[in-house]
Amino acid sequence: MNRIDSKFEYLKENNKKALIPYICAGDDSLKKTEETVYLLEESGADIIELGIPYSDPLADGPVVQAAALCALNNGFKISSFFDTVAQIRENSQIPLVCMVYYSSIIGYGCEKFVEGCIRSGIDGLIVPDLPYEEYDELMPLLENTELYLIPLVAITSWDRIKMLVEKSRGFVYCVSSLGVTGERKSFDERVDTFIKEVKKYTDTPACIGFGISTKEDVERFDKIADGVIVGSAIVRRMHECNGDMNMVKDFVRELKG
Amino acid sequence: MEFNKDFGIYGGQFVPETLMTVLKVLEKEYLEYCSTEEFKKEYMHYMKQYVGRPSVLYFADRLTKELGGAKVYLKREDLNHTGAHKINNAIGQALLAKHMGKTKVIAETGAGQHGVATATVAALFGMECEVYMGAEDIERQKLNVFRMELLGAKVIPVTSGTGTLKDATNEAIRTWVARAEDTFYIIGSAVGPHPYPTMVRDFQKIIGEETRKQILDMEGRLPQRVYACVGGGSNSIGMFYPFIEDKAVELVGVEAAGSGIETGKHASAFAGGRTGVLHGMKTYILQDDDGLIQPVYSVSAGLDYPGVGPEHAYLHDTGRVRYTSVTDDEALSAFQLLCRTEGIMPAIESSHALAQAVKEVPEMGKDEIAVINLSGRGDKDVHTVAKYLGKEI
Repeated sequence: MNRIDSKFEYLKENNKKALIPYICAGDDSLKKTEETVYLLEESGADIIELGIPYSDPLADGPVVQAAALCALNNGFKISSFFDTVAQIRENSQIPLVCMVYYSSIIGYGCEKFVEGCIRSGIDGLIVPDLPYEEYDELMPLLENTELYLIPLVAITSWDRIKMLVEKSRGFVYCVSSLGVTGERKSFDERVDTFIKEVKKYTDTPACIGFGISTKEDVERFDKIADGVIVGSAIVRRMHECNGDMNMVKDFVRELKG
Repeated sequence: MEFNKDFGIYGGQFVPETLMTVLKVLEKEYLEYCSTEEFKKEYMHYMKQYVGRPSVLYFADRLTKELGGAKVYLKREDLNHTGAHKINNAIGQALLAKHMGKTKVIAETGAGQHGVATATVAALFGMECEVYMGAEDIERQKLNVFRMELLGAKVIPVTSGTGTLKDATNEAIRTWVARAEDTFYIIGSAVGPHPYPTMVRDFQKIIGEETRKQILDMEGRLPQRVYACVGGGSNSIGMFYPFIEDKAVELVGVEAAGSGIETGKHASAFAGGRTGVLHGMKTYILQDDDGLIQPVYSVSAGLDYPGVGPEHAYLHDTGRVRYTSVTDDEALSAFQLLCRTEGIMPAIESSHALAQAVKEVPEMGKDEIAVINLSGRGDKDVHTVAKYLGKEI
């Protein structure tokens, strides 16, 4: 069984919601990424999203852009990333989803990339610049595998929602607001009706991401969704903590409640 | 009407889901409105009364004698209002934006020509305008930056990545994702997600349509060759498209070879690129093994782009257009040659097309005809040229 599915089954039985932290792989180093995965798991993370750094991250705000740049300047390679994931799998069975731009996938080679994910133990893919209409190259490679393509649904998706979520596996990534990733003071007022709309068409868990940065945000969205994704708020702390990862640990614990 | 999101295996819409509805609406509005007589009339009104079209097809007598081969004609897009072909497309898209009720426009710019064109149409139609421009390019094109400001636009420096056209485009797309509800993104080249490459081509094909008619009027026959420079490829696709079915006309697209293809410091997607995704389209991209976009270089800010429009990728693979490249040195020599033989100062971008013609025209027969698209004027480049030649001005 896919690790994402077992996790949500467990959470549901215990009446809990998923906390999904995002970190940029290779930010500082891949060794650090591995250690951070263990630390996040210890702190209460249910699923971890690992971003593959890319030179032109269209969907990301300044914090994630800076982390990606840091990783790339430190010589990040996709092949080493898969080695790190395989290493993590020796010690942890936490579900891992990979946030990756399509350019990285086809640059590396579509089949080779999918094979690397499956071999190393990645459970899901989030591809922010691959809308439904462009699935045809990647999707056939994922059929009959346990590697899920997590669909992104936006507030502006409206009549596309049914098509996007109908055959979804793992979870549905609901984008909370217009724009790029990054902490926000307020959210689009349409978000509640939007989540209801998503839930109308699928039983796949719906998680909300983009802009979630406080305990209040988590509590607000846990009421309407099955989990939240927190990215920039964690990545920023990793950069500001001067190596004292307790700051990150405490923050994630606080979010988890 | 053929309206496909793909050109063979190229093109498409590789954008965040947030933009998909926006693109669908844009596609629908474009198809419905821009095919109406009302739109065509309005577009042509501005082409004539504001841009000053048709632009001249000029027989370059002295250049022809100098090269000693085919008769050379120059399509004078440099004589358009604002000094380049970019205005054709900016007016087309601004009219569409106005029709769609958008009050704000944003644009990316490399050399600044498209930024100036967009700032110009924003002033003309009373819209708010923001132009995203790489910090490096702002430094290279100070004159155009100030022109945009005079026209009432806000120029936003982009420092992410390499601080050039690709990064300015990223930032414009990021802004658009957040503000698409009231903001129209006027893309300046034949790039981006569908329907932009098609839309930009359609607003630029007036270049080739006029050229075809003018050469038939002047010579009673079609040219043997047509040259145009290719960065993203808007002037070239506009020039080539009306000649696609004229199989006897050889079409030559000229990319920037920078310091030389072999040095790795160039901007030729066809010389060093392979299929990838950038700015919402699948096309030839200069990238590494992990799909990371590679830094590109050219003396010309307008050709300094790691990809190429998807229709060009298609025309490359089908062999209908021959793509080649010239170096900074070759482009700068051609620039000076045209200044001295014809009293015309071309943009450094256009000088690339000219440079390739300078290499090939002497080998052509005297009864043959070569047309070069002079996509813009070189006033904006005077500082760059002076610096290149080691002159203080």
